[in-house]
Amino acid sequence: MELQTLTFIVVGLTFALYMGIAVWARASSTGEFYAAGRGIHPVANGMATAADWMSAASFISMAGLIAFKGYDASLFLMGWTGGYVLLAMLLAPYLRKFGKFTVPEFIGDRYYSQTARVVAVICLIVASITYVIGQMKGIGVAFSRFLEVDFTTGLLIGMAIVFFYAVLGGMKGITYTQIAQYCVLIMAYTIPAIFISLQLTGNPVPQLGLFGSVADGTPLLTKLDQTVVDLGFSQYTAQKGGTLNMVLYTFSLMIGTAGLPHVIIRFFTVPKVKDARSSAGWALVFISILYTTAPAVGAMAMLNLANTVQPGPVAAADGAMEYEARPQWFKNWETTGLLKFEDKNKNGRIEYRNGDTNELKVDRDIMVLANPEIAKLPNWVIALVAAGGLAAALSTAAGLLLAIASSISHDLLKGIFKPDISEKGELLAARVAMAGAIAVAGYLGLHPPGFAAQTVALAFGLAAASIFPALMMGIFNKRINNTGAVVGMLVGITSTLVYIFWFKGWFFIPGTAMAANTPDNHILGISPEAFGAVGAMLNFASAILVSKVTAEPPEHIQHMVEDIRIPKGSGAATGH
Amino acid sequence: MSTQDTSGMAYWKANVRLITICLVIWAVCSYGFGILLRPMLSGIAVGGTDLGFWFAQQGSMIVFLVLVFVYAYKMNKLDSQFGVQED
Repeated sequence: MELQTLTFIVVGLTFALYMGIAVWARASSTGEFYAAGRGIHPVANGMATAADWMSAASFISMAGLIAFKGYDASLFLMGWTGGYVLLAMLLAPYLRKFGKFTVPEFIGDRYYSQTARVVAVICLIVASITYVIGQMKGIGVAFSRFLEVDFTTGLLIGMAIVFFYAVLGGMKGITYTQIAQYCVLIMAYTIPAIFISLQLTGNPVPQLGLFGSVADGTPLLTKLDQTVVDLGFSQYTAQKGGTLNMVLYTFSLMIGTAGLPHVIIRFFTVPKVKDARSSAGWALVFISILYTTAPAVGAMAMLNLANTVQPGPVAAADGAMEYEARPQWFKNWETTGLLKFEDKNKNGRIEYRNGDTNELKVDRDIMVLANPEIAKLPNWVIALVAAGGLAAALSTAAGLLLAIASSISHDLLKGIFKPDISEKGELLAARVAMAGAIAVAGYLGLHPPGFAAQTVALAFGLAAASIFPALMMGIFNKRINNTGAVVGMLVGITSTLVYIFWFKGWFFIPGTAMAANTPDNHILGISPEAFGAVGAMLNFASAILVSKVTAEPPEHIQHMVEDIRIPKGSGAATGH
Repeated sequence: MSTQDTSGMAYWKANVRLITICLVIWAVCSYGFGILLRPMLSGIAVGGTDLGFWFAQQGSMIVFLVLVFVYAYKMNKLDSQFGVQED
């Protein structure tokens, strides 16, 4: 069957499935809208969390990032999984015991301060909005590339789908669609990886193939090291960046992951405290299936690409592939602009090299998107990859939008402006906030502001430097009071934002950077993306210091902390 | 101080001790073997590269997984040992 038709059918079927779930899983109370009625099985929640967490960037870009950065990209693998260990041990069970609906709500109650709550709401909204713009872009790209639908139309279709199940079902609808979306995206990711691993290493398990050997008996990674060194790049498995930066960058991603509200609220949906602990484990199982496949996809796609364009020795005049003899997939992706060939020395051959003589520009996203074509897989696999990319983007967008909507209707409206609002009124407000958040996200997706590309630095920096420390200290240190927490959060946010803006421009306005964003200019070689870890330490230090010299928290707050530390009595504390 | 408070405190102490042990392993396997100690482990070959690379791109994630489930299992036992489990 024609690829185009097949892609429409596969994507259409998955969309029909999401709509069906939306109709079936409608929310009838705020408890269902915000926390799916706290009735989600820990394994199911683990799966939903995995889809919630794995974004368009994880699905489309990560393997390409690994392909071009090699060992240095390990920080994404460790950083984006290690946070779940922190979540399972330091946050999730206690926040579930607390039994409320939003992350700012805990911060506001624990620090008996509306200011603290508002600061948390602002951090949540800025981090989530930045993040959601990336998903909107992913939806538009997947539509325009695979379905040849115009970017705007694609985005509108995606928004309509999310609107349908997120506004009707809230967390309940989102949870069940995320489970379906996880199944779609994980199949779409692993099937091409299995075939490619089989072709290259003879091993159907990509995780084993990565450390296996290619046809001539050389280990895959040794072969890859030789290949990229021949092309003038540094060794794939060698460390290129600074060690301190790598450690802090990894740490920022870990605590940022644990502090991202749209991930934390997923753990409010399980019935018990002990479910919150095991559910984090299940989430990590489902995430690791993709995250351990990604380095195999990256390495194998890189080797495939290098061998395709450079079939002979680099030194030989006829070693590189002739442009006229390029394969069909090469032509397909040239039209999208993701592959660009410029014949600098006019010899009609594609010379892929490191440095000025390079004639081939490769966009990193191609490593996942073009993978099935490079490996000559059947059309249905390509169609599945399109559906998988869309599932990854939609599931993360919905989770983020719920975090934004609930912080508006529950924290700002009910918590601050209109505490006497009825349950029905709040549910309506939550739906309206959700619809509004979708509209804003869609608008920003079509007109991306300058900071859209800075998702990692901004979202993880804010979560790491403000939300994570405030939550952790709220549980583990009874002595932290309202002043300490607010000062700590402000110090964390300000230091991190100033450091990011210093190298990337004030509010990301081009030309306003105070220094070029290069390792030589960075303090101790710490990049803006890695600074969240330092911001978090400053937050911890200032909160502890300020709390020490000011009055200790009132008795009932200390009792509340003691209460959330033990699982007993979680059923009673639902917070209404 | 009532007996429940004392048992609550002992429970919390046991929990913090368990978390500390888990997080030491967590840090050693990722930041240690994967990054800082990688040069020291470079002599140990694993599938065409070295042990540090394996930890950085695969091993650390497996360790994380095991840690979370071990923690969940041990905490369930602590919960009932101290009588603070959910009804």
